[in-house]
Amino acid sequence: MSMTNGPETAGPETAAPIGRALEPAKTVAPMIQIEGVSKWYGPIQVLKTCTTRVEKGEVVVVCGPSGSGKSTLIKTVNGLEVFQQGRITVDGIPVGDPKTDLPKLRARVGMVFQHFELFPHLKIIENLRLAQMKVLGRSFEEANAKGLKLLDRVGIKMHADKYPGQLSGGQQQRVAIARALAMDPIAMLFDEPTSALDPEMINEVLDVMVALAKEGMTMMVVTHEMGFARKVANRVVFMDAGEIVEDAPTDTFFGSPRSERAQAFLSKILSH
Amino acid sequence: MFADFDFDVIVRSLPYLFFHGMAFTLTLTGLSLAGSLVLGTLVALMQLSSIRALSLLAMGYVNLMRALPLVLIIFWFYFLLPWIGQWVTGASRPIQVGAFTSALVTFTLFEAAYFAEIMRAGIQSIPKGQIAASQALGMTYWQTMGHVVLPQAFRAMIPLILTQTIILFQDTSLVYVLSIPDFLGAASKVAQRDGRLVEMYLFAAAVYFIISFAASTYVRHLQMRIAVVR
Repeated sequence: MSMTNGPETAGPETAAPIGRALEPAKTVAPMIQIEGVSKWYGPIQVLKTCTTRVEKGEVVVVCGPSGSGKSTLIKTVNGLEVFQQGRITVDGIPVGDPKTDLPKLRARVGMVFQHFELFPHLKIIENLRLAQMKVLGRSFEEANAKGLKLLDRVGIKMHADKYPGQLSGGQQQRVAIARALAMDPIAMLFDEPTSALDPEMINEVLDVMVALAKEGMTMMVVTHEMGFARKVANRVVFMDAGEIVEDAPTDTFFGSPRSERAQAFLSKILSH
Repeated sequence: MFADFDFDVIVRSLPYLFFHGMAFTLTLTGLSLAGSLVLGTLVALMQLSSIRALSLLAMGYVNLMRALPLVLIIFWFYFLLPWIGQWVTGASRPIQVGAFTSALVTFTLFEAAYFAEIMRAGIQSIPKGQIAASQALGMTYWQTMGHVVLPQAFRAMIPLILTQTIILFQDTSLVYVLSIPDFLGAASKVAQRDGRLVEMYLFAAAVYFIISFAASTYVRHLQMRIAVVR
Protein backbone atom coordinates (compact mmCIF):
# COMPACT_ATOMS: atom_id res chain seq x y z
CA MET A 1 0.00 0.00 0.00
CA SER A 2 1.23 3.48 -0.84
CA MET A 3 2.48 5.47 2.12
CA THR A 4 0.51 8.55 1.30
CA ASN A 5 -2.78 9.23 -0.27
CA GLY A 6 -1.29 12.13 -2.20
CA PRO A 7 -1.20 12.05 -5.98
CA GLU A 8 1.77 10.57 -7.78
CA THR A 9 3.54 13.83 -8.47
CA ALA A 10 6.42 14.81 -10.69
CA GLY A 11 9.49 12.61 -10.55
CA PRO A 12 11.78 13.36 -7.65
CA GLU A 13 14.77 13.80 -10.00
CA THR A 14 13.28 16.91 -11.58
CA ALA A 15 13.49 20.42 -10.20
CA ALA A 16 13.06 20.85 -6.46
CA PRO A 17 9.62 22.12 -5.33
CA ILE A 18 7.25 19.44 -6.36
CA GLY A 19 3.75 20.75 -6.14
CA ARG A 20 4.38 23.46 -8.68
CA ALA A 21 3.52 21.05 -11.42
CA LEU A 22 0.04 20.96 -9.93
CA GLU A 23 -0.64 24.64 -10.31
CA PRO A 24 -2.81 24.37 -13.44
CA ALA A 25 -5.12 21.96 -11.67
CA LYS A 26 -6.96 24.78 -9.91
CA THR A 27 -10.30 23.13 -10.50
CA VAL A 28 -9.50 20.55 -7.82
CA ALA A 29 -10.67 21.77 -4.40
CA PRO A 30 -7.78 22.59 -2.05
CA MET A 31 -6.95 20.01 0.59
CA ILE A 32 -6.96 22.69 3.27
CA GLN A 33 -8.89 25.89 2.76
CA ILE A 34 -8.80 28.67 5.36
CA GLU A 35 -11.16 31.57 4.67
CA GLY A 36 -11.38 34.72 6.75
CA VAL A 37 -10.60 32.99 10.05
CA SER A 38 -10.56 35.12 13.19
CA LYS A 39 -9.98 34.06 16.74
CA TRP A 40 -10.13 35.88 20.04
CA TYR A 41 -8.83 35.02 23.49
CA GLY A 42 -11.20 37.20 25.48
CA PRO A 43 -10.69 40.72 24.18
CA ILE A 44 -7.39 39.88 22.43
CA GLN A 45 -7.66 38.99 18.77
CA VAL A 46 -5.01 36.40 17.93
CA LEU A 47 -6.05 35.64 14.35
CA LYS A 48 -7.25 38.39 12.03
CA THR A 49 -9.28 37.24 9.01
CA CYS A 50 -6.65 34.78 7.84
CA THR A 51 -7.14 33.35 4.36
CA THR A 52 -4.91 30.81 2.68
CA ARG A 53 -5.04 27.30 1.27
CA VAL A 54 -2.95 24.19 0.77
CA GLU A 55 -3.52 22.33 -2.48
CA LYS A 56 -3.28 18.60 -2.73
CA GLY A 57 0.39 17.61 -2.82
CA GLU A 58 1.52 21.08 -1.93
CA VAL A 59 3.96 22.06 0.82
CA VAL A 60 3.19 25.36 2.50
CA VAL A 61 5.54 26.82 5.10
CA VAL A 62 4.10 29.23 7.65
CA CYS A 63 6.64 31.52 9.26
CA GLY A 64 6.75 34.72 11.27
CA PRO A 65 7.97 36.12 14.56
CA SER A 66 6.95 34.34 17.75
CA GLY A 67 3.51 35.29 18.96
CA SER A 68 2.37 35.97 15.42
CA GLY A 69 -0.36 33.33 15.62
CA LYS A 70 1.15 30.75 13.28
CA SER A 71 0.88 27.88 15.77
CA THR A 72 -2.67 28.91 16.62
CA LEU A 73 -3.56 28.98 12.92
CA ILE A 74 -2.24 25.47 12.21
CA LYS A 75 -4.09 24.12 15.25
CA THR A 76 -7.38 25.48 13.96
CA VAL A 77 -6.99 23.26 10.88
CA ASN A 78 -7.73 20.06 12.83
CA GLY A 79 -9.91 21.73 15.41
CA LEU A 80 -7.46 21.65 18.31
CA GLU A 81 -8.09 25.39 18.55
CA VAL A 82 -11.55 26.78 17.98
CA PHE A 83 -12.12 29.97 16.02
CA GLN A 84 -15.01 32.40 16.16
CA GLN A 85 -15.22 33.64 12.60
CA GLY A 86 -14.53 32.32 9.13
CA ARG A 87 -14.47 28.87 7.61
CA ILE A 88 -11.95 26.06 7.34
CA THR A 89 -12.42 22.97 5.24
CA VAL A 90 -10.19 19.92 5.08
CA ASP A 91 -10.82 17.75 2.04
CA GLY A 92 -14.12 19.59 1.70
CA ILE A 93 -15.24 18.90 5.29
CA PRO A 94 -15.97 22.00 7.38
CA VAL A 95 -13.91 21.90 10.60
CA GLY A 96 -15.91 24.45 12.57
CA ASP A 97 -19.26 22.81 11.86
CA PRO A 98 -20.66 21.29 15.09
CA LYS A 99 -22.07 18.43 13.00
CA THR A 100 -18.61 17.40 11.81
CA ASP A 101 -17.24 14.26 13.48
CA LEU A 102 -13.99 15.86 14.62
CA PRO A 103 -12.25 12.69 15.86
CA LYS A 104 -12.93 11.09 12.49
CA LEU A 105 -11.56 14.09 10.61
CA ARG A 106 -8.51 14.34 12.89
CA ALA A 107 -7.73 10.69 12.31
CA ARG A 108 -7.16 11.56 8.64
CA VAL A 109 -4.89 14.55 9.31
CA GLY A 110 -1.49 13.86 10.85
CA MET A 111 0.00 16.32 13.28
CA VAL A 112 3.50 16.67 14.65
CA PHE A 113 4.10 18.86 17.71
CA GLN A 114 6.97 20.97 18.92
CA HIS A 115 7.42 18.82 22.02
CA PHE A 116 6.86 15.46 20.25
CA GLU A 117 4.12 14.39 22.66
CA LEU A 118 4.89 10.71 22.45
CA PHE A 119 3.05 8.78 25.15
CA PRO A 120 5.78 8.22 27.76
CA HIS A 121 4.11 5.22 29.42
CA LEU A 122 4.02 3.25 26.15
CA LYS A 123 6.86 1.67 24.21
CA ILE A 124 7.72 3.20 20.85
CA ILE A 125 5.92 0.48 18.90
CA GLU A 126 2.91 0.77 21.24
CA ASN A 127 2.82 4.49 20.52
CA LEU A 128 2.46 3.60 16.84
CA ARG A 129 -0.12 0.86 17.37
CA LEU A 130 -2.48 2.61 19.77
CA ALA A 131 -4.49 4.88 17.48
CA GLN A 132 -4.28 2.46 14.55
CA MET A 133 -6.05 -0.16 16.63
CA LYS A 134 -8.38 2.00 18.72
CA VAL A 135 -9.32 4.58 16.10
CA LEU A 136 -8.98 2.78 12.78
CA GLY A 137 -9.89 -0.63 14.17
CA ARG A 138 -6.86 -2.37 12.68
CA SER A 139 -5.81 -5.74 14.03
CA PHE A 140 -2.75 -6.04 16.24
CA GLU A 141 -0.79 -7.76 13.46
CA GLU A 142 -1.67 -5.16 10.87
CA ALA A 143 -0.95 -2.22 13.19
CA ASN A 144 2.29 -3.82 14.34
CA ALA A 145 3.52 -4.50 10.80
CA LYS A 146 2.64 -0.98 9.67
CA GLY A 147 4.30 0.48 12.78
CA LEU A 148 7.53 -1.44 12.24
CA LYS A 149 7.61 -0.50 8.57
CA LEU A 150 7.30 3.18 9.38
CA LEU A 151 9.84 2.98 12.21
CA ASP A 152 12.23 1.38 9.74
CA ARG A 153 11.59 4.22 7.36
CA VAL A 154 12.50 6.89 9.91
CA GLY A 155 15.46 4.80 11.09
CA ILE A 156 14.18 3.92 14.57
CA LYS A 157 13.24 0.28 14.09
CA MET A 158 15.92 -0.97 16.47
CA HIS A 159 14.40 1.13 19.25
CA ALA A 160 10.85 -0.21 18.81
CA ASP A 161 10.77 -1.77 22.26
CA LYS A 162 12.24 1.17 24.14
CA TYR A 163 10.31 3.88 25.91
CA PRO A 164 10.23 7.45 24.56
CA GLY A 165 12.33 8.72 27.47
CA GLN A 166 15.22 6.53 26.33
CA LEU A 167 15.45 8.26 22.93
CA SER A 168 17.03 11.56 21.92
CA GLY A 169 14.83 14.48 20.92
CA GLY A 170 15.51 13.97 17.24
CA GLN A 171 14.67 10.29 17.48
CA GLN A 172 11.48 11.04 19.38
CA GLN A 173 10.37 13.53 16.75
CA ARG A 174 10.99 10.97 14.00
CA VAL A 175 8.85 8.51 15.95
CA ALA A 176 6.15 11.19 16.23
CA ILE A 177 6.21 11.60 12.45
CA ALA A 178 5.97 7.84 11.99
CA ARG A 179 3.08 7.69 14.47
CA ALA A 180 1.18 10.29 12.44
CA LEU A 181 1.97 8.52 9.15
CA ALA A 182 0.69 5.22 10.52
CA MET A 183 -2.81 6.63 10.23
CA ASP A 184 -2.40 7.04 6.44
CA PRO A 185 -3.11 10.76 6.62
CA ILE A 186 -4.36 12.78 3.67
CA ALA A 187 -2.31 15.74 4.92
CA MET A 188 0.30 16.47 7.58
CA LEU A 189 0.49 19.45 9.91
CA PHE A 190 3.83 20.29 11.51
CA ASP A 191 3.86 22.74 14.40
CA GLU A 192 7.47 23.91 14.83
CA PRO A 193 8.78 20.35 14.63
CA THR A 194 12.42 21.30 15.14
CA SER A 195 12.15 24.19 17.60
CA ALA A 196 12.67 22.06 20.69
CA LEU A 197 15.62 20.15 19.25
CA ASP A 198 19.33 20.56 19.80
CA PRO A 199 20.93 21.89 16.61
CA GLU A 200 22.68 18.63 15.75
CA MET A 201 19.35 16.81 15.68
CA ILE A 202 17.44 19.21 13.46
CA ASN A 203 18.65 17.76 10.20
CA GLU A 204 17.65 14.17 10.91
CA VAL A 205 14.08 15.39 11.34
CA LEU A 206 14.17 17.71 8.35
CA ASP A 207 15.50 14.88 6.18
CA VAL A 208 12.43 12.81 6.99
CA MET A 209 10.18 15.77 6.19
CA VAL A 210 11.95 16.47 2.89
CA ALA A 211 11.53 12.84 1.86
CA LEU A 212 7.87 13.04 2.74
CA ALA A 213 7.41 16.19 0.66
CA LYS A 214 9.13 14.54 -2.27
CA GLU A 215 6.64 11.71 -2.13
CA GLY A 216 3.86 14.20 -2.66
CA MET A 217 2.48 14.47 0.85
CA THR A 218 0.31 17.53 1.43
CA MET A 219 2.05 19.47 4.17
CA MET A 220 1.49 22.60 6.20
CA VAL A 221 4.58 23.40 8.20
CA VAL A 222 5.09 26.07 10.83
CA THR A 223 8.84 26.49 11.06
CA HIS A 224 11.76 28.87 11.28
CA GLU A 225 13.88 26.60 9.09
CA MET A 226 14.19 28.79 6.02
CA GLY A 227 16.53 26.32 4.36
CA PHE A 228 13.77 23.73 4.50
CA ALA A 229 11.29 26.26 3.12
CA ARG A 230 13.54 27.08 0.16
CA LYS A 231 14.16 23.45 -0.57
CA VAL A 232 10.64 22.00 -0.55
CA ALA A 233 7.99 24.66 -0.03
CA ASN A 234 5.70 25.62 -2.89
CA ARG A 235 4.47 28.67 -1.03
CA VAL A 236 5.46 30.59 2.05
CA VAL A 237 2.90 32.24 4.29
CA PHE A 238 4.29 35.00 6.46
CA MET A 239 2.33 35.98 9.56
CA ASP A 240 2.71 38.87 11.95
CA ALA A 241 0.45 39.95 14.82
CA GLY A 242 -2.26 37.47 13.87
CA GLU A 243 -2.41 38.52 10.23
CA ILE A 244 -1.28 36.79 7.09
CA VAL A 245 0.94 39.53 5.74
CA GLU A 246 2.36 37.68 2.77
CA ASP A 247 1.36 34.54 0.91
CA ALA A 248 3.66 34.00 -2.03
CA PRO A 249 5.43 31.32 -4.05
CA THR A 250 8.70 30.43 -2.35
CA ASP A 251 11.00 32.14 -4.89
CA THR A 252 8.99 35.33 -4.79
CA PHE A 253 8.93 35.36 -1.01
CA PHE A 254 12.68 34.96 -0.62
CA GLY A 255 13.60 36.95 -3.74
CA SER A 256 11.39 39.99 -3.47
CA PRO A 257 9.11 40.06 -0.45
CA ARG A 258 6.53 42.80 -0.89
CA SER A 259 5.85 43.80 2.70
CA GLU A 260 8.30 45.62 4.91
CA ARG A 261 7.51 43.32 7.79
CA ALA A 262 8.50 40.25 5.78
CA GLN A 263 11.66 42.00 4.60
CA ALA A 264 12.57 42.88 8.17
CA PHE A 265 11.87 39.31 9.33
CA LEU A 266 13.95 37.79 6.54
CA SER A 267 16.87 40.12 7.07
CA LYS A 268 16.88 39.18 10.75
CA ILE A 269 16.56 35.47 10.26
CA LEU A 270 18.92 35.15 7.27
CA SER A 271 21.63 37.58 8.34
CA HIS A 272 23.86 34.92 9.87
CA MET B 1 2.20 -3.86 85.79
CA PHE B 2 3.52 -6.49 83.41
CA ALA B 3 3.82 -9.01 86.22
CA ASP B 4 0.44 -10.49 85.47
CA PHE B 5 0.67 -9.81 81.75
CA ASP B 6 -1.08 -12.75 80.05
CA PHE B 7 0.50 -13.54 76.71
CA ASP B 8 -1.47 -16.71 76.52
CA VAL B 9 -4.74 -14.90 75.85
CA ILE B 10 -3.20 -13.47 72.68
CA VAL B 11 -1.88 -16.84 71.53
CA ARG B 12 -5.20 -18.50 72.26
CA SER B 13 -7.19 -15.94 70.30
CA LEU B 14 -4.79 -15.63 67.33
CA PRO B 15 -6.85 -17.78 64.91
CA TYR B 16 -10.00 -15.84 65.69
CA LEU B 17 -8.23 -12.46 65.51
CA PHE B 18 -6.64 -13.13 62.13
CA PHE B 19 -8.94 -15.53 60.30
CA HIS B 20 -12.03 -13.58 61.27
CA GLY B 21 -11.00 -10.10 62.33
CA MET B 22 -8.09 -9.35 60.04
CA ALA B 23 -9.70 -11.18 57.13
CA PHE B 24 -12.71 -8.90 57.47
CA THR B 25 -10.56 -5.77 57.79
CA LEU B 26 -8.55 -6.66 54.68
CA THR B 27 -11.64 -7.57 52.67
CA LEU B 28 -13.33 -4.32 53.56
CA THR B 29 -10.15 -2.35 52.81
CA GLY B 30 -9.62 -4.09 49.47
CA LEU B 31 -13.17 -3.82 48.21
CA SER B 32 -13.54 -0.20 49.37
CA LEU B 33 -10.23 0.64 47.72
CA ALA B 34 -11.34 -0.81 44.38
CA GLY B 35 -14.74 0.84 44.53
CA SER B 36 -13.54 4.23 45.69
CA LEU B 37 -10.72 4.35 43.13
CA VAL B 38 -13.19 3.83 40.29
CA LEU B 39 -15.76 6.21 41.75
CA GLY B 40 -13.10 8.75 42.73
CA THR B 41 -11.68 8.74 39.20
CA LEU B 42 -15.16 9.36 37.77
CA VAL B 43 -15.71 12.19 40.26
CA ALA B 44 -12.32 13.67 39.29
CA LEU B 45 -13.29 13.55 35.61
CA MET B 46 -16.57 15.26 36.47
CA GLN B 47 -14.74 17.94 38.45
CA LEU B 48 -12.54 18.66 35.44
CA SER B 49 -15.43 18.51 32.99
CA SER B 50 -16.23 21.55 30.93
CA ILE B 51 -19.90 20.92 31.65
CA ARG B 52 -20.50 23.24 34.57
CA ALA B 53 -23.35 21.27 36.15
CA LEU B 54 -21.17 18.13 36.33
CA SER B 55 -18.19 19.89 37.88
CA LEU B 56 -20.37 21.69 40.45
CA LEU B 57 -22.05 18.43 41.41
CA ALA B 58 -18.70 16.68 41.81
CA MET B 59 -17.19 19.52 43.81
CA GLY B 60 -20.22 19.62 46.09
CA TYR B 61 -19.89 15.90 46.69
CA VAL B 62 -16.20 16.11 47.55
CA ASN B 63 -16.68 19.07 49.84
CA LEU B 64 -19.57 17.43 51.65
CA MET B 65 -17.73 14.15 52.27
CA ARG B 66 -14.59 15.90 53.41
CA ALA B 67 -16.46 18.16 55.79
CA LEU B 68 -18.21 15.39 57.75
CA PRO B 69 -16.67 13.05 60.34
CA LEU B 70 -16.39 9.48 59.09
CA VAL B 71 -18.13 7.99 62.15
CA LEU B 72 -21.13 10.16 61.48
CA ILE B 73 -21.31 8.99 57.86
CA ILE B 74 -20.98 5.35 58.94
CA PHE B 75 -23.94 5.75 61.28
CA TRP B 76 -25.86 7.81 58.85
CA PHE B 77 -25.60 5.26 56.05
CA TYR B 78 -26.28 2.35 58.32
CA PHE B 79 -29.66 3.80 59.26
CA LEU B 80 -30.38 5.47 55.94
CA LEU B 81 -29.30 2.83 53.43
CA PRO B 82 -32.38 0.62 53.96
CA TRP B 83 -34.61 3.60 53.16
CA ILE B 84 -32.51 4.67 50.17
CA GLY B 85 -32.68 1.08 48.95
CA GLN B 86 -36.43 1.11 49.29
CA TRP B 87 -36.64 4.35 47.34
CA VAL B 88 -34.33 3.10 44.57
CA THR B 89 -35.91 -0.32 44.16
CA GLY B 90 -39.45 0.85 44.82
CA ALA B 91 -39.99 -1.84 47.46
CA SER B 92 -42.86 -1.55 49.90
CA ARG B 93 -40.67 -1.61 53.03
CA PRO B 94 -37.10 -0.58 53.84
CA ILE B 95 -34.79 -3.23 52.40
CA GLN B 96 -32.50 -5.35 54.53
CA VAL B 97 -28.92 -4.15 54.36
CA GLY B 98 -26.28 -6.07 56.23
CA ALA B 99 -23.70 -4.27 58.30
CA PHE B 100 -20.95 -5.33 55.90
CA THR B 101 -22.73 -3.96 52.83
CA SER B 102 -23.49 -0.78 54.67
CA ALA B 103 -19.87 -0.39 55.74
CA LEU B 104 -18.63 -1.13 52.22
CA VAL B 105 -20.92 1.46 50.63
CA THR B 106 -19.94 4.02 53.26
CA PHE B 107 -16.20 3.57 52.85
CA THR B 108 -16.47 3.53 49.08
CA LEU B 109 -18.42 6.77 49.00
CA PHE B 110 -16.28 8.43 51.68
CA GLU B 111 -12.88 7.46 50.31
CA ALA B 112 -13.98 8.32 46.76
CA ALA B 113 -13.93 11.98 47.78
CA TYR B 114 -10.27 11.69 48.79
CA PHE B 115 -9.27 9.60 45.77
CA ALA B 116 -11.07 12.14 43.57
CA GLU B 117 -8.75 14.87 44.83
CA ILE B 118 -5.71 12.66 44.27
CA MET B 119 -6.77 11.67 40.76
CA ARG B 120 -7.67 15.24 39.90
CA ALA B 121 -4.17 16.37 40.82
CA GLY B 122 -2.79 13.44 38.82
CA ILE B 123 -4.83 14.25 35.72
CA GLN B 124 -3.87 17.90 35.95
CA SER B 125 -0.19 16.97 36.14
CA ILE B 126 -0.34 15.48 32.63
CA PRO B 127 0.82 18.04 30.03
CA LYS B 128 -1.97 19.44 27.83
CA GLY B 129 0.08 18.43 24.80
CA GLN B 130 -0.60 14.78 25.58
CA ILE B 131 -4.32 15.40 25.21
CA ALA B 132 -3.77 17.41 22.03
CA ALA B 133 -1.65 14.59 20.58
CA SER B 134 -4.31 11.99 21.40
CA GLN B 135 -7.03 14.11 19.85
CA ALA B 136 -4.90 14.79 16.79
CA LEU B 137 -4.72 11.02 16.29
CA GLY B 138 -8.51 10.91 16.22
CA MET B 139 -9.02 9.53 19.70
CA THR B 140 -12.27 10.36 21.49
CA TYR B 141 -12.52 11.77 25.02
CA TRP B 142 -12.85 8.34 26.62
CA GLN B 143 -10.08 6.83 24.50
CA THR B 144 -7.80 9.75 25.41
CA MET B 145 -8.59 9.36 29.09
CA GLY B 146 -8.47 5.58 29.14
CA HIS B 147 -5.30 5.01 27.14
CA VAL B 148 -3.23 8.14 27.62
CA VAL B 149 -4.20 10.40 30.53
CA LEU B 150 -5.43 8.09 33.29
CA PRO B 151 -2.65 5.48 33.05
CA GLN B 152 -0.07 8.26 33.41
CA ALA B 153 -2.02 10.05 36.14
CA PHE B 154 -2.44 6.80 38.03
CA ARG B 155 1.26 6.00 37.86
CA ALA B 156 2.21 9.47 39.03
CA MET B 157 -0.15 9.18 41.96
CA ILE B 158 0.67 5.65 43.16
CA PRO B 159 2.52 6.83 46.29
CA LEU B 160 -0.40 9.07 47.30
CA ILE B 161 -2.93 6.36 46.52
CA LEU B 162 -1.04 3.88 48.70
CA THR B 163 -0.72 6.41 51.52
CA GLN B 164 -4.46 7.00 51.39
CA THR B 165 -4.97 3.23 51.39
CA ILE B 166 -3.03 2.94 54.64
CA ILE B 167 -5.35 5.56 56.14
CA LEU B 168 -8.32 3.60 54.81
CA PHE B 169 -6.94 0.43 56.41
CA GLN B 170 -6.83 2.17 59.78
CA ASP B 171 -10.19 3.88 59.28
CA THR B 172 -11.99 0.58 58.74
CA SER B 173 -11.58 -0.02 62.50
CA LEU B 174 -14.38 2.52 62.94
CA VAL B 175 -16.90 -0.15 61.93
CA TYR B 176 -16.79 -1.15 65.60
CA VAL B 177 -19.65 1.35 66.00
CA LEU B 178 -21.78 -1.10 63.99
CA SER B 179 -20.57 -3.96 66.21
CA ILE B 180 -18.91 -5.70 63.27
CA PRO B 181 -15.98 -7.87 64.34
CA ASP B 182 -13.17 -6.44 62.26
CA PHE B 183 -9.64 -6.90 63.62
CA LEU B 184 -10.02 -4.29 66.34
CA GLY B 185 -13.58 -5.41 67.06
CA ALA B 186 -12.44 -9.01 67.45
CA ALA B 187 -9.62 -7.99 69.78
CA SER B 188 -12.06 -5.90 71.77
CA LYS B 189 -14.47 -8.82 72.09
CA VAL B 190 -11.79 -11.14 73.45
CA ALA B 191 -10.55 -8.38 75.73
CA GLN B 192 -13.93 -7.91 77.34
CA ARG B 193 -14.77 -11.60 77.51
CA ASP B 194 -11.50 -12.51 79.26
CA GLY B 195 -11.03 -9.23 81.12
CA ARG B 196 -7.68 -8.72 79.35
CA LEU B 197 -8.05 -5.18 78.03
CA VAL B 198 -4.39 -4.10 78.30
CA GLU B 199 -3.02 -7.16 76.52
CA MET B 200 -5.50 -7.17 73.68
CA TYR B 201 -5.45 -3.43 72.96
CA LEU B 202 -1.65 -3.37 73.10
CA PHE B 203 -1.50 -6.29 70.74
CA ALA B 204 -4.00 -4.70 68.35
CA ALA B 205 -2.01 -1.47 68.37
CA ALA B 206 1.19 -3.39 67.63
CA VAL B 207 -0.40 -5.18 64.67
CA TYR B 208 -1.80 -1.97 63.17
CA PHE B 209 1.55 -0.29 63.69
CA ILE B 210 3.59 -3.03 62.06
CA ILE B 211 1.36 -3.28 59.01
CA SER B 212 0.98 0.48 58.50
CA PHE B 213 4.64 1.24 59.16
CA ALA B 214 5.84 -1.48 56.83
CA ALA B 215 3.47 -0.24 54.14
CA SER B 216 4.51 3.39 54.42
CA THR B 217 8.17 2.41 54.39
CA TYR B 218 7.48 0.58 51.16
CA VAL B 219 5.69 3.67 49.77
CA ARG B 220 8.69 5.85 50.59
CA HIS B 221 10.96 3.39 48.85
CA LEU B 222 8.62 3.37 45.85
CA GLN B 223 8.52 7.15 45.77
CA MET B 224 12.28 7.26 45.53
CA ARG B 225 12.30 4.73 42.74
CA ILE B 226 9.71 6.71 40.80
CA ALA B 227 11.75 9.86 41.34
CA VAL B 228 14.81 8.12 39.90
CA VAL B 229 12.97 6.78 36.86
CA ARG B 230 11.66 10.24 35.94
